[in-house]
Amino acid sequence: MKFEVFVTLKDEVLDPQGKAVENALNNIGLKSIKQVRQGKYFVLDIDENDENKASEFVKASCEKLLTNQTIENYKFNKI
Amino acid sequence: MKANVIVFPGSNCDRDVKVALEKFQIQTTMVWHQENTLPKADLVVLPGGFSYGDYLRCGSMASKSNIMKDVIKHAENGGYLIGICNGFQILTETNLLPGALLRNKKLKFICKYVNLIVENNNTPFTSKYKKKENIKIPIAHNEGNYFADEKTLDEIQSNEQIVFKYCDEQSNINEESNPNGSCLNIAGITNKNKNIIGMMPHPERCVEELLGGSHGSLIFQSLIN
Repeated sequence: MKFEVFVTLKDEVLDPQGKAVENALNNIGLKSIKQVRQGKYFVLDIDENDENKASEFVKASCEKLLTNQTIENYKFNKI
Repeated sequence: MKANVIVFPGSNCDRDVKVALEKFQIQTTMVWHQENTLPKADLVVLPGGFSYGDYLRCGSMASKSNIMKDVIKHAENGGYLIGICNGFQILTETNLLPGALLRNKKLKFICKYVNLIVENNNTPFTSKYKKKENIKIPIAHNEGNYFADEKTLDEIQSNEQIVFKYCDEQSNINEESNPNGSCLNIAGITNKNKNIIGMMPHPERCVEELLGGSHGSLIFQSLIN
């Protein structure tokens, strides 16, 4: 059972990489960009048939390793 | 006094720390991260470097390694624990210290001597410094931008956990003297009990005038005091 996980910086955390990407987009003429925030994407393939149990496993993975909850949020979906 | 220096894959200041500790007659053992038990010691050092190639987040993989369970126990029992640079990142990732270290504000790796103000000399690591002393210690990092939310910043200020702040030659603490964008110009903090310190500057790189400076010596001298 596969899940996709998105990890993003919390709104109050400065994202200089996102800002640099935003400036670069502006520089190549894509001027409609208001803001860019950069994040991380993971695919977890879980050896489990019960979706609830698999979701619990993904949640634990997010909270224990994939995110630092001081600065990041996460969300995930079954794919 | 006895110390353990933890060696992770990618640590590169581990031997420098050993040389610095031994200069002050601190008997030092190198401990590989896959070990399960720490040799008995008064002090544990998490050295600088790029543990696990900085994969995922700096220090995140190292914070989950075998030996860290015993390092956490050592600290919870009141043992001294120092995290330098990558070691500081590991300490925030284990939640032994509050906050997190983000990418430097200007996205550049910075390697230079900086001025620091000693904000708190009432800790086992800084007792030989004078309060508000202006010292010079080098930094070398890409992710040293200290971040914590407002509530945490209030807490660490009221508990006097801030030990070092970035400043200039005249001891001004402002945006110009902040190399990496850290909240409140923070360069180093302790835990509430003051037995754990995390700092981005490298004291082990300045314990000999021959190497450009010796202001880092007082950290080690404070410990053996």
